[in-house]
Amino acid sequence: MDDALHPYVLRLGDNALVLSQRLGEWCGKGPALEEDMALTNVALDLLGQARMWLSYAAELQGDGADEDSLAYHRNAPEFRNLLLVEQPNGSYADTLVRQFFFDAWHALALRELGRSSESRVAGIAQKAAKEVAYHLRRSSDLIVRLGDGTARSHEMMQAAVDNLWRFTGEMFETDAIDAAARAAGAGFDATSLRREWLAYVGEVLETGTLRMPPPEAWMQKGGKQGVHSEHLSRLLAEMQVLQRTHPGAKW
Amino acid sequence: MHTATTDVWRWLSEIPDPEVPAVSIVDLGIVRDVRHGADARLVVTVTPTYSGCPATEVIANSIREALQDHGVADARIEMQLSPAWTTDWLTPEAKEKLRRYGIAPPAGLAPGERAIDASRILRYRPADDGVTCPRCGSARTELISGFGSTPCKALYRCVACREPFDYFKPH
Ligand SMILES: [Zn+2]
Repeated sequence: MDDALHPYVLRLGDNALVLSQRLGEWCGKGPALEEDMALTNVALDLLGQARMWLSYAAELQGDGADEDSLAYHRNAPEFRNLLLVEQPNGSYADTLVRQFFFDAWHALALRELGRSSESRVAGIAQKAAKEVAYHLRRSSDLIVRLGDGTARSHEMMQAAVDNLWRFTGEMFETDAIDAAARAAGAGFDATSLRREWLAYVGEVLETGTLRMPPPEAWMQKGGKQGVHSEHLSRLLAEMQVLQRTHPGAKW
Repeated sequence: MHTATTDVWRWLSEIPDPEVPAVSIVDLGIVRDVRHGADARLVVTVTPTYSGCPATEVIANSIREALQDHGVADARIEMQLSPAWTTDWLTPEAKEKLRRYGIAPPAGLAPGERAIDASRILRYRPADDGVTCPRCGSARTELISGFGSTPCKALYRCVACREPFDYFKPH
């Protein structure tokens, strides 16, 4: 087992997997056909990325684990995703703001990870970064259109921004796992990433006539260490029920 | 006896892409390499277009079948992620085949690595891409949705002939 990289790669895989599952809940229920297709396309990209990360994590783990056992046979405290991605879909405004906050971080994080000296991490990140560039373009555009839309859409978007803001701090928290990954040639400087994220997010929100909450506001953390909200348990219950009931089922 | 790799390339160039059957998997640049491994077995290296592309496994199966049809039963198919697939690998012939099929081919090169820049992303206008209608050739086109029937395509509409069409996004 490679202790330096395994937990780090697991975090990247879990972020993609959990958000993909959340977006999948919109399938067939999007507010418009184009939106439904866009959400499910983004979900599909994230699922593909999750498979690449989790396959690598399973190899590093080396005890016969594979992408499926990691996805279907772990309990909530073993998941290492950010709290942001497990937040419920809520209204369409909540879904979009969650996506926008994550996309902006994801695009920056993947750009940095693509420069890793650890070649497998760099390869996956370079591949994923191309997809996430389109995700970010879409979510940024919608933040502006709905923020600077009707009074009602503006109000809903501002409420979503204010409500989800407390989950953004965790993206820039670093612990021993981040440090070990950096020492192993993968990872990034979270402080400079945060500066870039705040600048980008601030500019998009402002263009959409939305108010950015204070960066120094109190932030909720713990997802990266396995301390999750009950929302994750419910999401996993739905995602894992088939494999838990019929282990190894295939179609 | 070794199968000539030139023959293998020819066989593979007859396998249509499952989602865009107008072009072959060789036209799209999905087949990266054909060689003989140290154990003399044939090795075909492929790369996924998108990480979540459900066609990737279909493609691997089609390759296996095509090789079996030509008497190669023990070929190995390897997946290679890096360098990441890009639409820049589409040949001019492949782009022309796409257009004839009704899909506008990628205009320009794939966006390279750069800082995320709000003013650039927000100033972005699909018209700047120079996407032309695959039916009437008009440059007066508009984006309907950044994501179309598959993640690799966007949905556009031609202002001149009013037809909607798929656009193969630079990637
Ligand atoms: Zn036209």
